[in-house]
Amino acid sequence: MDPAPAQLPKSPTGIDGLDEITGGGLPTGRPTLVCGDAGCGKTLLAMEFLVRGATQFDEPGVFMAFEETTQELTRNVASLGFDLDDLVERRQLALDFVYIERSEIEETGEFDLEGLFVRLGYAIDTIGAKRVVLDTIESLFSGLPNPLILRAELRRLFRWLKDKGVTAIITGERGAGLLTRQGLEEYVSDCVILLDHRVENLISTRRLRVVKYRGSTHGTNEYPFLIDEHGLSVLPVTSLGLEHTASEERVSTGIPRLDAMLSGAGFYRGSSILVSGTAGTGKSSVAGHFAEAACRRGERVLYFAFEESPSQIQRNLRSVGIDLAPWVRQGLLEFKANRPTFTGLETHLATMHKTIHTFGPRIVILDPLNSFISATNEIEVKSMLMRLIDFLKLNQITGFFTSLTMGGSALDRTDAGISSLSDTWLLLFAVETGGERTRALSILKSRGMEHSNQNREFLITSHGVQLRDVYLGPGGVLTGSARLAREAEDTAERLARQQEIDLRRRELERQRALMDAQVAAIRAEFEAREAETLALIEREQGREAQLARERVEMAWSRKADAAPTVAEDPS
Amino acid sequence: MNESTTGSRDVPSGADPADALSEIWTLRLYVAGQTPKSITAFANLKTLCEEHLAGRYRIEVIDLLEQPQLAAGDQILAIPTLVRKLPEPVRKIIGDLSNTERVLIGLDLLPRAED
Repeated sequence: MDPAPAQLPKSPTGIDGLDEITGGGLPTGRPTLVCGDAGCGKTLLAMEFLVRGATQFDEPGVFMAFEETTQELTRNVASLGFDLDDLVERRQLALDFVYIERSEIEETGEFDLEGLFVRLGYAIDTIGAKRVVLDTIESLFSGLPNPLILRAELRRLFRWLKDKGVTAIITGERGAGLLTRQGLEEYVSDCVILLDHRVENLISTRRLRVVKYRGSTHGTNEYPFLIDEHGLSVLPVTSLGLEHTASEERVSTGIPRLDAMLSGAGFYRGSSILVSGTAGTGKSSVAGHFAEAACRRGERVLYFAFEESPSQIQRNLRSVGIDLAPWVRQGLLEFKANRPTFTGLETHLATMHKTIHTFGPRIVILDPLNSFISATNEIEVKSMLMRLIDFLKLNQITGFFTSLTMGGSALDRTDAGISSLSDTWLLLFAVETGGERTRALSILKSRGMEHSNQNREFLITSHGVQLRDVYLGPGGVLTGSARLAREAEDTAERLARQQEIDLRRRELERQRALMDAQVAAIRAEFEAREAETLALIEREQGREAQLARERVEMAWSRKADAAPTVAEDPS
Repeated sequence: MNESTTGSRDVPSGADPADALSEIWTLRLYVAGQTPKSITAFANLKTLCEEHLAGRYRIEVIDLLEQPQLAAGDQILAIPTLVRKLPEPVRKIIGDLSNTERVLIGLDLLPRAED
């Protein structure tokens, strides 16, 4: 409706997260309605707005209380670390308790609320207030007669507040079908914030929603918020966009062989890693390795445990050779153990946010993730995780989550579709063959990097997790002692084949020798015959020559005429 | 009527203890500027006091525009408000006092209805 100026002037509340959702705070110089059921934190939100305004933004404030006396208020918020007496003394804060008791008031004709205006105006002018809280102005309706006059006067009051240029919070109790009992939202139309305090599955969660913010964009979701010793914090603050930068930096998994499987370097910094597997497949051990490796690099690690106590985790990890105690002592590693049922999801998320903020880890481990999930809340869990992961990514924190796959369900099924939120997904599974269970690991996905697509046998030894090549052969994929047996069989077969070959080779040699010998014998015989034959030929030739000679001599003696007669044999 | 807006002011009258309430009544009328409602209220109050409390009442008129710091002390929200300071207990009556019967009830000069 409004032409919407580039940026509506806003007054920061100083409340963690609320300024992010509202894009900078509440509309400056306008009233904001904060409504919700009894006990949902309206008064605290309003008070924190004033206290932060006074202490952080140099904007003094007036708190006009209709329900609690100033002493009660001061005591109530002292538990949040707010020292109202001090602020009042330094003229940063004015408290005015408006006491209305219907039974003490008789209406006798026309009246207006000028007295309230005067009081408020006086308080504002005295300390130069920029912020005003009216808590809970609807008490007027129960305290004073004639709602018609009251409505008209409230309308006038809100206009008057605008004219005064103060940024105001009006609180109102939620009514049936309306945001407030008296429909204050009708008058305060610039910004409406709804607080909620719901109990689901016996667990209560506080939530905040910006119902309306005229002239400004704002996060429209319900955001969980916490009230703790530091005041209010609305979370998560960072799930509004998908703008995180992706890091090229890699972090080691703490298991050299696993690093090798992940293109040699491990996970990406700031990515989210899911390790899923059935019971007892070593998820926590992988987490332990990862944590230890990070601590060795001097990075801070926050370990959220939801099923085991810190000492139990440490003991168990010590048994596989991972000693985390020194890192805990050095303050690099911190455990936060809570039962999932301890608080609601949103409160868990909010607590995690807060802890992450204060501890400032590079790596956050959640073990196990899916203990949050009950029969009905999968969608909520997913949205919670999404926001957590977004938050981690935005802060370049590597998130490491374990997820227990229930027996009987498909291995690559994770509850609440967590898998689509994770960048790297390691699957641990048990292989049951030959009467034993062995563990195996495979990488189902790892966004943005080459990774091994082979299964590895996963051994948990007394000095940590080790990955072995599994047996891959014609007999299939084998692990454990089946792998060993199969490998032994293979060796035997290979040996046997080798011997066979050797045998054949020797046989061949022998035959070759035999053949050679035979050849030699035949050659010798042949040579003997050859010599004999040659000698015979020579002898025959000699005799022929002798005969011819004798014949010539005979002819000579007979005075034969010519030699040619030699040809005529006289016989 | 002009005097009603000049801040607090005593309007004493001759002591004439007629009934059990023999003490002097102290009535304080809060107004904010000289508005028609304030003027009506003061006039109504004056008439009523003369009629029922003649000689044993005192009226203070407090203009909050001049003395805003006094508003909190008597928990004033509505204008005009008449506060019966004395006799105890304190009673508050809001409005321009045009409904005489209700004013009298409010001041305990008439018994309250059972409901």
